[in-house]
Amino acid sequence: MSDITLHNNSSLAQKYSVVLQFAAVIAFGVLLANLWQGASRWPAEWVIPLKLWLTEFFNWLGKEAGIGDYKFRDLTRAIAWFLKQPLTWTEYLLYRGVRSWGMPPLPWVAIVVGIGIVGHWIGGWRLALFSAACFLYLAIFGLWKDSMRTLSIVLVSVPVAAIIGLFLGIWVTRSKRAASIITPMFDLMQATPHMAYLVPIVVLFGFGQVPAMMATVIFAMPPMARCTILGLQTVPSDIIESGAMSGCTPRQLLWKVEIPSAHQTLMLGVNQVIMQTLAMVVIASLVGASGLGQKLLFSLQQLRLGAAVEQGLAIVLIAVVLDRLSQALAHRQPQHMEVKQTWARRHRHILAFITVLVVSYALAKYSSAWAILPKKMTITLGRDMDYALRWFSKEAYPYISPVRDFITVEMLIPLRNFFLWLPWPVVLGTVMLAGWRLGGASVAGLTGYLVAMIIITGFWVPAMLTVYLVFSSVIICVLIGVPIGIWSARNDRVARFVMGACDTLQTFPSFIYLIPVIMLFKVGDLSNILAILAYASVPAVRYTYLGLIRVPPVINEAALTNGCTPRQKLWKVELPVALPEIMLGINQTIMMALAMTAITALIGSRDLGQEIYRALPTADTGRGLLAGLSIAAIGIIADRLISAWAKKRKEALGVE
Amino acid sequence: MTTDIQIKCRNVWKVFGPTPKAFMQRHNNNPSAQNLSDEGYIGAVQDVSFDVHAGEILIIMGLSGSGKSTIIRCITRLNDPTSGEIELEGEDLLAASPEELVELRRHKMGMVFQNFGLLPHRSVLSNVAFPLEVQGMSVKDREKRAREMIDLVGLGGREEYFPRELSGGQQQRVGIARSLAVEPDVWFLDEPFSALDPLIRAEMQDEFLRLQKMLKKTIVFITHDFEEATRLADRIGIMKDGRMVQMGTPEELILHPADDYVAAFAQNAPRDRIVSAKAIMEPAGDGQKSQPENSVPANAKIGTIAAQIIGADTAVPVVDDEGIIVGQISRQIMSDALFGTDAP
Repeated sequence: MSDITLHNNSSLAQKYSVVLQFAAVIAFGVLLANLWQGASRWPAEWVIPLKLWLTEFFNWLGKEAGIGDYKFRDLTRAIAWFLKQPLTWTEYLLYRGVRSWGMPPLPWVAIVVGIGIVGHWIGGWRLALFSAACFLYLAIFGLWKDSMRTLSIVLVSVPVAAIIGLFLGIWVTRSKRAASIITPMFDLMQATPHMAYLVPIVVLFGFGQVPAMMATVIFAMPPMARCTILGLQTVPSDIIESGAMSGCTPRQLLWKVEIPSAHQTLMLGVNQVIMQTLAMVVIASLVGASGLGQKLLFSLQQLRLGAAVEQGLAIVLIAVVLDRLSQALAHRQPQHMEVKQTWARRHRHILAFITVLVVSYALAKYSSAWAILPKKMTITLGRDMDYALRWFSKEAYPYISPVRDFITVEMLIPLRNFFLWLPWPVVLGTVMLAGWRLGGASVAGLTGYLVAMIIITGFWVPAMLTVYLVFSSVIICVLIGVPIGIWSARNDRVARFVMGACDTLQTFPSFIYLIPVIMLFKVGDLSNILAILAYASVPAVRYTYLGLIRVPPVINEAALTNGCTPRQKLWKVELPVALPEIMLGINQTIMMALAMTAITALIGSRDLGQEIYRALPTADTGRGLLAGLSIAAIGIIADRLISAWAKKRKEALGVE
Repeated sequence: MTTDIQIKCRNVWKVFGPTPKAFMQRHNNNPSAQNLSDEGYIGAVQDVSFDVHAGEILIIMGLSGSGKSTIIRCITRLNDPTSGEIELEGEDLLAASPEELVELRRHKMGMVFQNFGLLPHRSVLSNVAFPLEVQGMSVKDREKRAREMIDLVGLGGREEYFPRELSGGQQQRVGIARSLAVEPDVWFLDEPFSALDPLIRAEMQDEFLRLQKMLKKTIVFITHDFEEATRLADRIGIMKDGRMVQMGTPEELILHPADDYVAAFAQNAPRDRIVSAKAIMEPAGDGQKSQPENSVPANAKIGTIAAQIIGADTAVPVVDDEGIIVGQISRQIMSDALFGTDAP
């Protein structure tokens, strides 16, 4: 009896102590800020000029560094030259042609039908028609050349990124030391927004297609490496042992047994590489990559939204086609042929393509419209759409703008001011305390270190603005996403629709989301938040759904036999059990929101994303890199805290 | 017996933990259970010694976690044992370099796996030809050999199928064909039929016996099924908690179990099919011959002679191959042997 009361008392005291600890930290911070100006604003003279040092270092590296006569610059030029060759050839093939040889580019008809043939070969008639129709859109809407420019970068970057990723992945699975270096590097790389990569690349490689391609490769490679690691680690031990017992040397074991057995996961990696490449190709237009991305950027900047919609749609269609094709390839299962087929039948796809090629070249000789559609034969609805949109926003704006102003003035600005007011000791203290309570000294140390780095390198204000934007958007994401996830888990038909929509939304390059938002709400914090919302809600929905349907059926049945109403079952049983999974979804949402803040800089903001964006034209490497790393730091802090919590919770619940 | 020894295991240990080798040295290569648990080590295989004779089927039986899978992986060196000696045809297997090991596996060993271990991206033909392919044999030769093996296991006509298009039993036939493609001296089977449903399992056991009759390989066979073991084995070794509890013919295990653990398995064994007349007969006769119709052969399993003995009024003489009486079995002895002495 006395034991029980004692226990109760101690747990009560424990509960109390958490609140007390946080209260003490906050009170101390606020008090300090009142006594000492430096606690609310880190004194400017204490800022470590890491920014400047980095910028100088990269300038030195790009211009002067070298051993003797060999400059580092020569090395970067050699790399650039090397990468340029396949790109040039692909461009010749797709849209330029080689005039001196009298070689015309592939006629558009051949490419459209060709992608259809590839679709048929991989996935049958439906995929064939879908792919061909999407590419037909590119031709008819007069976006052919730009699309082919973009496609060239994709076609060259994807194999390069995939091969580098594959070898890095293999290396990590073979060497513990490689794993301990590369894995955390990938974490950091994936948390750093795309744009931050561009600044050092501009300094080292200049502007143009090749630097854009390099940035693309660097960004698209880690997912391939991750999939390689995962794929190789999940090859069933029976298969590996049977390979070893068949007398494979280690090399044969890798290339003949492990890699082919992991084929499916590897292809999913390639799929991710393609998606990342397309997302990056658009952003890379900021460093001078021509193509659809550049056109879209110009249209957005000139507020020609009709054109932006057409160009955005083109990017989306290319992304969706490549996604479907690579997914179908990943899921293709080997199947035996019932009867021996003739040579022609077995090679029917390649034969069909050669026929189309010959015919289309012949037609192109006869009329150039078959080579590339002349302008007068293309259509654009851009101007009409502009009129319509202008009319719409003129009509709708009187209704939308009060809503926007109300939300901005009454909710967003006070929230923003609160975040800006927060003294840094309060933030540092609460983050470290949370880290300590959830994950012990190591988590507290890491998160504290990251916060401190943001403070002393002088990025506090833009960082807090980023936190404010992400915080507001994530709250709304959760308020919208979690209920949709719950609804999907309740209803199969809804689930099928919602999950399909989630898949499609995830294939859109993040850029695209700026178009509708800017159409309706013009520039401002609310537009930023809505763009983030559109991009980052998917994981909140998906993880909620997955978390709920993975609740063990036994638990549900027990709840029902205990007499729960459906509502009680949801709130008292399912949600608590699914909560760790849902929190991981929110974690993902935060990551995506952070990535998106860098993109929304394009339509105006004052946060870290803007710091990166501004660093680009002035080649201010230090500013761009550190701002990017600060975004990564915020992401890592959120990730460590939430993962530590979810792990603790999952252990307590005894799931997984 | 005058058979030669093909595989020799002496004091084999496989210990898992932070620094297993140092741990074994610290304890003179013979740690006690107390040592293991005190220092947080796990002895998957503990001090196991046995021989495998040429041409015999040795079955190692145990429940999951008994170390049976680990010992077979020590012999094939898929896992390296922590200490002990293992010889294959008189050669020290543990001293083999990685290159020598590849050679050994290419020519001397074949192995069949519980979950088949087939390469999903290759056809049946290509799977069976795989061990020959990695040796560098020409396409023509290896496909010819692979087709022979596929016919041998009764899968002719399915050469172009992919593993996922086959049933479990068919997949394991592919696994068997592949393991035999290199004509190994020693054939390892790691729970080959455990993933199959009972009817297919019985069929595959028959198939296995048919193959062994033709091929006469030296076989190490792992199972957790005592009935399967008694059906197929020349000798059975029973493992428990990493130790070899007893090794002997099925008959010896049933009639003279070393401890309660073995006895518990033996209790449910089909005695009528395992125990032979000479194992239960009482001494009788002094060298004279008997009429074949009035006697039973010494090697006959008691299930096949039970009716004759129980139907006879007096004890039935047991004769050897020459027809000379070597003992006799009464109705009482037979019933004890069939149902156990404590049966009502």
